[in-house]
Amino acid sequence: MQQSISFFSGFGINDLWFLGEAALRTLWISAVSISAGTVLGILFGWILYEAKFLGAVTLAPVLDIFRSVPLIIQLVLFYNFAPIIGLDFGPFGSGIVVLTIYTASLVANVARGGIEAVGKPMRRAARSLGLSYWQDMRHVVLPIGGRAVFPSWVGVALGVMKDSALVSVLGYVELLKASQILITRTQEPFLILAIAGAFYFALSYPISRYAAQLEKRWAQ
Amino acid sequence: MFDYNFHWRPVMKSLPDLLEAGLLTLQVATLSMIVGIIIGLALALIRLHLRGPLHWFASAWIELARNTPALFQLFFFGFGLGAFGLHLSPFTIVLAGLSFNCAGYLAENFRGGFQSVPDTQLRAARSLGMSAWQAYTRIIIPQVFRIVYHPLTNQLVWAVLMSSLGMLVGFRELSGETQFFASRTFRIFEYFAVTAIIYYVIVKVILGASRLLAWRLFRY
Amino acid sequence: MIEIRGLEKYFGALQVLKGIDLDVAKGEVLSVIGASGSGKSTLLYCINGLEPIQKGSVVVDGTDVHDKATDINKLRQKLGMVFQQWNSFPHLTALENVALSPRIVKGKSRADAQEIAEQQLKHVGLADKLNVYPNALSGGQQQRLAIARALAMEPTYMLFDEATSALDPELVGEVLDTMRLLAEEGMTMICVTHEMGFARDVSDRVAYFHHGVMEEIGPPGQVFGDPQSEHTRKFLSNVR
Repeated sequence: MQQSISFFSGFGINDLWFLGEAALRTLWISAVSISAGTVLGILFGWILYEAKFLGAVTLAPVLDIFRSVPLIIQLVLFYNFAPIIGLDFGPFGSGIVVLTIYTASLVANVARGGIEAVGKPMRRAARSLGLSYWQDMRHVVLPIGGRAVFPSWVGVALGVMKDSALVSVLGYVELLKASQILITRTQEPFLILAIAGAFYFALSYPISRYAAQLEKRWAQ
Repeated sequence: MFDYNFHWRPVMKSLPDLLEAGLLTLQVATLSMIVGIIIGLALALIRLHLRGPLHWFASAWIELARNTPALFQLFFFGFGLGAFGLHLSPFTIVLAGLSFNCAGYLAENFRGGFQSVPDTQLRAARSLGMSAWQAYTRIIIPQVFRIVYHPLTNQLVWAVLMSSLGMLVGFRELSGETQFFASRTFRIFEYFAVTAIIYYVIVKVILGASRLLAWRLFRY
Repeated sequence: MIEIRGLEKYFGALQVLKGIDLDVAKGEVLSVIGASGSGKSTLLYCINGLEPIQKGSVVVDGTDVHDKATDINKLRQKLGMVFQQWNSFPHLTALENVALSPRIVKGKSRADAQEIAEQQLKHVGLADKLNVYPNALSGGQQQRLAIARALAMEPTYMLFDEATSALDPELVGEVLDTMRLLAEEGMTMICVTHEMGFARDVSDRVAYFHHGVMEEIGPPGQVFGDPQSEHTRKFLSNVR
């Protein structure tokens, strides 16, 4: 029993609130960046698809940079670069900007894959029925291509949600940063980490399972 | 528009140290890949062929690795184990965290690889008098290896990028070393910009080498 | 000699072999015919121990296949097997496909194994494909490769599990020709097949399987010309 006493001694109900608030911040920064990054990423994906050669020599290498440099370095760089050009976003704003672009760089490939998945014959059939380019995009490419890559998009989104923990490096108190602060104060590392881990897991596991099931069902 | 003066000289002066730290990054990433491959292979085989406690253990490992942030995993090996009086060196923390993570992701890749080699290959090998071990090492695993080759390459890139988290647990790999110099000179942007380039080059070299190796290895 | 006594085999609750008694003498060519699901392929798997059995015994040259004490890997060297899906090893060249098991199972030197492989590939008419990977071979060529691979172990018996069923019609002939060649050379063969022409012309005996039971066995002239069982008669009238 000694163990369980030392487990809870330094950790009170207020601390749980503190963690809860931080978890909300994790959710918030993830939701904003994933939404904005997805919109931007779809746009990029569409450009990559339509502007084949031009896209491959201009946009693609730029997006590739965001996938080839650690996110944490991107965060530190942007956070320290913005003031140089007279902008000050603060930790939250910088986090949003970097996570959004990072998400977009990943979603771009997913989106392009989605458009490619629709296939030329189907598109031609749609156009032959008199659908305009945008009608074809809206009523054929979006539902069919979107379905094909939805599971990959879920993977990207969950990845960004987990990676949002890195914004802590800028001092933004999201869930992991809050855990770290509490650990220093209460000396209850195991309990606090277990709570934080359980939160991420409870969010990520069901969603990834659901996406995997959808993928299986749609593959049939 | 900027009133900021870029100072690159200090960075250039510590470039040799940064490059050396880059080697440490490569080293820890490669080591964690090796450990990850061995454990991941075992986890995949357990998940495919066994029932009971070992199966649950493997599933728990895989799902925890995939559904919690890598930084959380690092913290766990850092502070979390401290709760049990186990204090690892920064190098060990990063190696353990990365290996844990890689093993989880690779296990799923391996599982998919094993599932896509038809059972009949094993039967054919056994019908020639090969032992189960020979059939696996000579017939099944080489085919699985080809299927997971690209995912393996991607995972190595991830390991390199993830190792940058070492900076948050006091490990002086490339990012940690950069932070060390940056905080001494206050040339944060310059240092991290150069480091970003080094990461980019490391990633490109890995991808290039992997493509070259694939061309040598897979003649079929 | 292969001696099968009272062989029973279940997949779960489903009984697929219901007490088979069968002897195959050295030098004999036995064709096994019957509808899909009649248990004929399972019989082959039980003969070389790829499937466990529930009752009875399979004895090959005096060795019980399903005895725990039997070194099954050693015994399988006597029993070459060719599958319906040819199962060539895609990561190895034709030569490596054939040379691998003599080397790692029988412990032959690399050079010896290579020589055996070349010889067997020549035997099945693939002398010009030594360094080709299977994906560059046709189905018929891959199946002949599989035959060469089995022959390289110098087996006493060859088991063919519907070796031509998965092939395009125009490729069936070349594989049957190879099998015919083996039969002429005196190889002991058990061929599960749907090729009635082959069964009639090449085999010494034909066995008809129906729902896990060996309904009838005899010389091809008798089984095809004057079938004793009602099931056999019906089956043969349908396949013609």
